[in-house]
Amino acid sequence: MVQFTLPKNSKITTGKTWPKPDGATNVRKFQIYRWNPDDGKNPSVDTYFLDMDKCGPMVLDALIKIKNEIDPTLTFRRSCREGICGSCAMNIDGINTLACIYGMDEIKSATVKIYPLPHMPVVKDLIPDLTHFYAQHASIMPWLETKTNRPAKEWKQSIEDRKKLDGLYECVMCASCSTSCPSYWWNGDRYLGPAALLHAYRWIIDSRDEATGERLDELEDPFKLYRCHTIMNCAKTCPKGLNPAEAIANIKKMMIDRAV
Amino acid sequence: MAYLTDRKRAQGTGSGRQGTMHHWQMLVSSILLVVLVPLFVLTFGIGLGGTYEETLAYFSRPFPAIVTALCLIVGILHFKREAEEAIEDYMHGVAERLTFIAVGALAYTLIAVALFALIKIAL
Repeated sequence: MVQFTLPKNSKITTGKTWPKPDGATNVRKFQIYRWNPDDGKNPSVDTYFLDMDKCGPMVLDALIKIKNEIDPTLTFRRSCREGICGSCAMNIDGINTLACIYGMDEIKSATVKIYPLPHMPVVKDLIPDLTHFYAQHASIMPWLETKTNRPAKEWKQSIEDRKKLDGLYECVMCASCSTSCPSYWWNGDRYLGPAALLHAYRWIIDSRDEATGERLDELEDPFKLYRCHTIMNCAKTCPKGLNPAEAIANIKKMMIDRAV
Repeated sequence: MAYLTDRKRAQGTGSGRQGTMHHWQMLVSSILLVVLVPLFVLTFGIGLGGTYEETLAYFSRPFPAIVTALCLIVGILHFKREAEEAIEDYMHGVAERLTFIAVGALAYTLIAVALFALIKIAL
């Protein structure tokens, strides 16, 4: 059965409140989820205050400032800081997004609340365990499958066929979409989720790929594909502005086209 | 505890090779209900407010009787398929299978009872 309440050791407690910066006039409050697997305690929410006049505009700037100047134990993933690597995906003000491209001016509430991506096991603080998510991505064979002998120069593709990949290839696998999907929350072990399905469609629709039938065969499953109930949280939350729900709908349409 | 690789855990036992017909049937019954439900509301509304004899006579006419029968059959089958989706979402294992059987039995019983009542009125 689905678990509707958090287990005892996952109940969030009130954590440490760090002092406000001296002499600052433009102060903003940050509440950040903390959990350390080594101390045996329940997760908590720590409170930090930052002088916004001495902080960059993005949420990631604030996190880096907190780590550098207030609390070096705060743990989070980050790399490119420009929305390309997908590392810093987290739940900010109730929205799954990338901390590096999410401006603090976009957050309407006075307090900035930051949690890890929902419904995933937490490794530490803001770091979710994405092992299963990546394995699901690998299972859809995210590469070009061909049976024809490799051409001497290149696999050619028309401009029109290349355009079909727009809105698909840009996905950075940040997991914001999959972790915002209630179907993925309940059945993430078997449902592939919006990200893996968007990537699956990216290869299904690729004119150079010769495994379209096999790819569709592998997806034709009540759980792998048909757990999508068109809730559309994925499209709403995608920090890159992509529409995984549309890709999933197109896969379903292809399934019907070949069966009916 | 089983020592499974992440990939094996993700692939599970592979694809069930089904689901498309269920999805297609839901689409078809949804479209049918878009037509049938307003027709049913209209015909049922016209039949309301009459005496017992008038209502019996009204549902003895082919159009109201057939619209009611179609709406009941398509509606209950649509409910059954949607309930199955919800069961798959939230229940697993033996409980899921038993609930599947219970929902199927309830749906077909409802159809049988509704048709029996309708035929008794119409004929």
